[in-house]
Amino acid sequence: MPNPATLRTLSSQSHMLKSFALAAVLLLGLSSGLLHAEEEGEAAEAGSDETIKVGVLHSLSGTMAISETTLKDTMLMLIEQQNEKGGLLGKKLEAVVVDPASDWPLFAEKARELLEKDKVAAVFGCWTSVSRKSVLPVFEELNGLLFYPVQYEGEESQRNVFYTGAAPNQQAIPAVDYLKDELGVERWVLAGTDYVYPRTTNKILEAYLKQNGVAQEDIMINYTPFGHSDWQSIVADIKQFGSEGKKTAVVSTINGDANVPFYKELGNQGISAEDIPVVAFSVGEEELSGIDTKPLVGHLAAWNYFMSVPTDENDAFIETWHDFIEDDDRVTNDPMEAHKIGFDLWVKAVEKAGTTDPDAVIDAIVGLETKNLTGGTAKMLPNHHITKPVLIGEIQEDGQFAVVWQTDEEVPGDAWSDYLEGSKDLKGDWTDPVNCGNYNTKTEECLGAEAAE
Amino acid sequence: MPSRWGAVLLLPALLLAYTAAAWGQTPAAAEAVVEQPAPTPTDGLIEASAYDTEAAVPTDADLSTQAANEVDAAPAAPDSLDAGAAGPAATDSIADTDRSTESPATPAELPSASSQARGTDTAHGGAELPKPPSLAAALAKLADPSFNVKEQAAADIAASGDPRAADLLKALLDGELYFRRDDNRIVFAERTADGWALTDALSDEALGNVGRRDARKITINNRMRSALRTNIAALTLASPDPATRLSAAKEMMGDVDDAGISALRGQLAQEDDPQVREAIELALAIAGLEAETLEERKAAVAALGTSLYPEARNALDDLIRTEQDPELLAAAQAARTEIAQRVDNMRRLETLFFGLSLGSVLVLAAIGLAITFGVMGVINMAHGELIMIGAYTTYLVQLAMPNAIDWSLFVAIPAAFIVAGLFGVAIERGVIRFLYGRPLETLLATFGISLILQQLVRTTISAQNVIVENPSWMSGSLQLNPALSLTFNRLYIFVFSLLVFVALLLVLKRTALGLQVRAVSQNRAMARAMGVRSARVDALTFGLGAGIAGVAGVALSQLTNVGPNMGQAYIIDSFMVVVFGGVGNLWGTLVGGLTLGVANKFMEPWTGAVLAKILVLVFIILFIQWRPRGLFPQRGRAAEG
Amino acid sequence: MTLLKGDTGGQVMLGLLLAVAIVVSVLNLAVPEANPLHVSTYTVTLLGKYLTYALLAVAVDLVWGYLGILSLGHGAFFALGGYAMGMYLMRQIGDRGVYGDPILPDFMVFLDWQELPWFWHGFDMFWFAALMVVLVPGALAFVFGWLAFRSRVTGVYLSIITQALTYALMLAFFRNEMGFGGNNGLTDFKDLLGFDLQADSTRVGLFIASAIALALGYLACRWIVTSKLGRVAVAIRDAEARTRFIGYRVDRVKVAIWTFSAMLAGIAGALYVPQVGIINPGEFSPLNSIELVVWVAVGGRATLYGAVVGAVVVNYGKTYFTGAFPEAWLFALGGLFVLVTLFLPKGIAGLFRQLKRRRSGAMAEGAAV
Repeated sequence: MPNPATLRTLSSQSHMLKSFALAAVLLLGLSSGLLHAEEEGEAAEAGSDETIKVGVLHSLSGTMAISETTLKDTMLMLIEQQNEKGGLLGKKLEAVVVDPASDWPLFAEKARELLEKDKVAAVFGCWTSVSRKSVLPVFEELNGLLFYPVQYEGEESQRNVFYTGAAPNQQAIPAVDYLKDELGVERWVLAGTDYVYPRTTNKILEAYLKQNGVAQEDIMINYTPFGHSDWQSIVADIKQFGSEGKKTAVVSTINGDANVPFYKELGNQGISAEDIPVVAFSVGEEELSGIDTKPLVGHLAAWNYFMSVPTDENDAFIETWHDFIEDDDRVTNDPMEAHKIGFDLWVKAVEKAGTTDPDAVIDAIVGLETKNLTGGTAKMLPNHHITKPVLIGEIQEDGQFAVVWQTDEEVPGDAWSDYLEGSKDLKGDWTDPVNCGNYNTKTEECLGAEAAE
Repeated sequence: MPSRWGAVLLLPALLLAYTAAAWGQTPAAAEAVVEQPAPTPTDGLIEASAYDTEAAVPTDADLSTQAANEVDAAPAAPDSLDAGAAGPAATDSIADTDRSTESPATPAELPSASSQARGTDTAHGGAELPKPPSLAAALAKLADPSFNVKEQAAADIAASGDPRAADLLKALLDGELYFRRDDNRIVFAERTADGWALTDALSDEALGNVGRRDARKITINNRMRSALRTNIAALTLASPDPATRLSAAKEMMGDVDDAGISALRGQLAQEDDPQVREAIELALAIAGLEAETLEERKAAVAALGTSLYPEARNALDDLIRTEQDPELLAAAQAARTEIAQRVDNMRRLETLFFGLSLGSVLVLAAIGLAITFGVMGVINMAHGELIMIGAYTTYLVQLAMPNAIDWSLFVAIPAAFIVAGLFGVAIERGVIRFLYGRPLETLLATFGISLILQQLVRTTISAQNVIVENPSWMSGSLQLNPALSLTFNRLYIFVFSLLVFVALLLVLKRTALGLQVRAVSQNRAMARAMGVRSARVDALTFGLGAGIAGVAGVALSQLTNVGPNMGQAYIIDSFMVVVFGGVGNLWGTLVGGLTLGVANKFMEPWTGAVLAKILVLVFIILFIQWRPRGLFPQRGRAAEG
Repeated sequence: MTLLKGDTGGQVMLGLLLAVAIVVSVLNLAVPEANPLHVSTYTVTLLGKYLTYALLAVAVDLVWGYLGILSLGHGAFFALGGYAMGMYLMRQIGDRGVYGDPILPDFMVFLDWQELPWFWHGFDMFWFAALMVVLVPGALAFVFGWLAFRSRVTGVYLSIITQALTYALMLAFFRNEMGFGGNNGLTDFKDLLGFDLQADSTRVGLFIASAIALALGYLACRWIVTSKLGRVAVAIRDAEARTRFIGYRVDRVKVAIWTFSAMLAGIAGALYVPQVGIINPGEFSPLNSIELVVWVAVGGRATLYGAVVGAVVVNYGKTYFTGAFPEAWLFALGGLFVLVTLFLPKGIAGLFRQLKRRRSGAMAEGAAV
């Protein structure tokens, strides 16, 4: 055993050497760990000969977990159903679930993990626009498929993404038409949470209302931060705005959590749905199941699906969902239907193409149709949006919606709004010969990145 | 101390005094209109009752109001029966009922009026064809998906004259009517374990159990809801209930004919409720703008000039737009300016109230932290989660007593105090006591605890938000005058936060525990030397702070969402309030919270909600530079460190 | 090399860093994908992200461990550096955006902005952006520190106002009127200095750059703490009033180190953004700043290399748990914080030292016998 004193007299250089030696040992350990992980990946890949993997990219923790967990369960249910029917192309489907934890950079990281490590055939996921924007470059780079099930602001048509939720012309504009024509609304409050979906939707609505002869002073626009809870001043403003003799309505793009205090404040300040109706684009059955609905009764929501629509397809879907989740009180909602439609279309496209290869699926899927749960058909359009019926529902005390109005036929999703300066000449078309997400019909050229490639 | 008390109590007192003054002003000044002699009041009402005889309505209070409904509905019904469901006549009559229900209080009660009044046309037509529709036939139509058909069906039910009609309509409004899906039979349904137990709506015959999706609720929309409400509780000017009279009078503003005017005058002569008087006077004044003589019109303008009702403003604006007479125009403009001035003042008061109420929420959220952080020096990042525990306790209490929601809060407050307090004691004994003297490390440990508590709620209760109901007395608002009303929930929470503050102050200043707490926080070693069991005091103090946080959670559950993330929304604001007010000083927390609330609300109109909040934060950062220990700094050597 | 004298942990850490940087790069670029030894680009990017976090943690440890300032707002400097880089990357997109506008980024086009706001000018040049990466966080830290330290704001007050700072910035950047893309932030980057950001080689390059930045940042911090300035800092940490009475200008020392630390955080942010492909106001979230303090605590305060260890360990744990047990990861993370503060007050680095001391203690005993 060496004397500690001699140890201390060792030159710092040999000390250094020792450190590097230690580093090398640690490195060996680490790299063997990495190798191990890679091997695991290999093993999983070997298994993938028998299964087709489907990625599910929804937050299971963090702020968005409230909404997204349901969609994860929906996907698991759909995949289980498909497997009971015998799978796809003679193989079983296998769900790969990851948790991006409501953290936007983590969405990109997990998307890369799904595509690069797990080699999934398609990904169903994302809720917020920012999460979709975060993963877009990854899907583009690795040529994956993303089915995005939530209503969004439009202004996008990407080759690798299928938008199964509503574009603004499939939700916002019909809702405004309903208020204008059926309820005789003349004054408009556009209230929203300050992020891109309300901003864009309100821009579109503002332009649309002005085109329809509404004066600037009859439009009030208001933005609040996420999770805003003190609505006193804003509701007082709305009340004031609505007291000037013309029928007034609120078009609400207020997001999630902020809605409850908003409706409570409306009720408390004595504004009823009969005085100033609120039509919301982000309040659905799932959101209503977490709140006391009394102050909301009679207010409106515009969606493409309501749980209360009495069709046989819908009944069957609800039945399956209740069996799957083992809870008869769970509700179904619009993004769930969007996932179902997206999944059906993907399955049909894979069957048609005979392979899960993304390029083949992208070519095969356009033009395919599947049944909506509320009647009619959903058809995949060349711009990767789908056709959807638009329904307006009134909130009932039990948290369900009574449909008060619906469009005569399905509305085709429009990626680029006709009411915005920058995008009115654009269209998306992923079929030959255009093959471009942002094709300028005036100058007849494909703009931006796609052109450069 | 008294001077601080004074400041706190002065603001709300001022608020009330000012509004009371504004309130007193209106009826006095409006006398100009009242002078005209009033004819006998009940002309219209007597006429209306003539129709009632058609339907043998019971004398029950609920049902007597039914009568008015029949006036609306009876005429439309025979048309549609004659023509069949799809005939053009039917659609016409549907359209008519549509219109008449849009304005529920149009003077259907006054059918002797000229035919200007909507709905009276058909009323006369209907009177000639008194053929009550069959209740069963009408009821069956409720299963139809179309709201127009359902609306017609409801009108038919009302017109049927059947004594069960009123109950059925009430059940329809309350969402108790269902239909069986295989044969569209209208039923009452009761939830069973796996479906519904049905009873026939007409015969009360039990129809056995069906599956969950085999019976469907009959849905109603806004238009039906307001029509039903008019039908069931008709708004008559002569109702014994002042609130009903008030809304009837409000409905008549700007929309009255001669008969209406005489009815209003009649009611005015015997009206003793000041609010109803004001509304009636205003309705008369608005009608008076179109009077024959200039004098009458001037008097009307003068009367409008004293009113804070938005209808008065709108009527004056209309007049200003169209009036030719220069004298009247000038009078109207002057009146309009004066109203604008007064409305602005009301708005300022309202903003002050909003600010105080936001401030009181901040105080409530922060006051527990003022104990754990301010007195004990623990940077308690789990404070928000203790608030959340209080809110969830409210939820559980409401689950346990579903039939007594109105009383639930009184149970929830002590329950939340105890539950959150126990959590607090556990946190202190389990973690924090090892970390005294290392305040920054308590931050890390309590941050970890906050994550654990959040996930605990997610796994044990639900990741979704939960429903916490408002007791009925928490909804609605206290109307001080037409331009200013204070919402009850905010008002109670403001008072509640003051009570909590006072209680806490008393505990700290007047009890033995409070003395020991202060002793330990000022000089731990000396306190121990004097025989204070500091470990016990620490646990109790932390428990007290945590308990108060729980109580705050009860209040917040009435304002906002209750979910696993709710604590995070308040933690930063709470720290700002405590630091701004001065660590270790409860008064600082109170004044700090209220100041920040009021400042925020006064900035909001100019800057918007977000920028106001940012400015408040910047202000705090700069304020701390100026006074590094907050508004009310602790003095002495104990403050260092 | 004198900088690392007596810093065994640092030596091991740097050695490891060098080795990992070389091995991973080679295994990714030179080894074909089919080979089991291949390291996927996913792993490279992930490691690169950890390294930028590690640099950030070192910056926090410098002010917390050696100066005694617990910053709950260092995430703000990180995010500002990230935004500066993001704005450069945004301008690089040029007319390849979806609207084909040569100047305006996409989010400005569809929100109807007519021209580029003044503060976006210059960011089309890399040298300018690179300067801003350090200057913007540095200037903010200087102003903030100059105000706060001169007014002798200390302890929890300082911690709380740093939190207010990052919270205010978060709210501000969320506002779409600010011209930073609001909630969506900046994304859809194409290339950096002409290199395609989606190419494997670029990703490896960024990873190596992060490793170099971490090494240099570490050495710079090491240089500061071993210099006279560093010793004064430690004196301030342990007895601020006494140091002031002796005649040192405490506020100047504090401002200097604080500002340097903020610049370091800015550089970390700038390297982070191109690797994760997005920067949005969520990075300003006060929770992020608290979390990064926790990395340092887990690794061990006032050791610098401990911060690196803490950042990598916690983040690896996060990646692993969110994949393997999404429901349980908050329990694990929360439990970790509590246990570390209770049982490992000196963090993982303290554990190493303790082991070493015990070994040398045993040896001393052996010698005595």
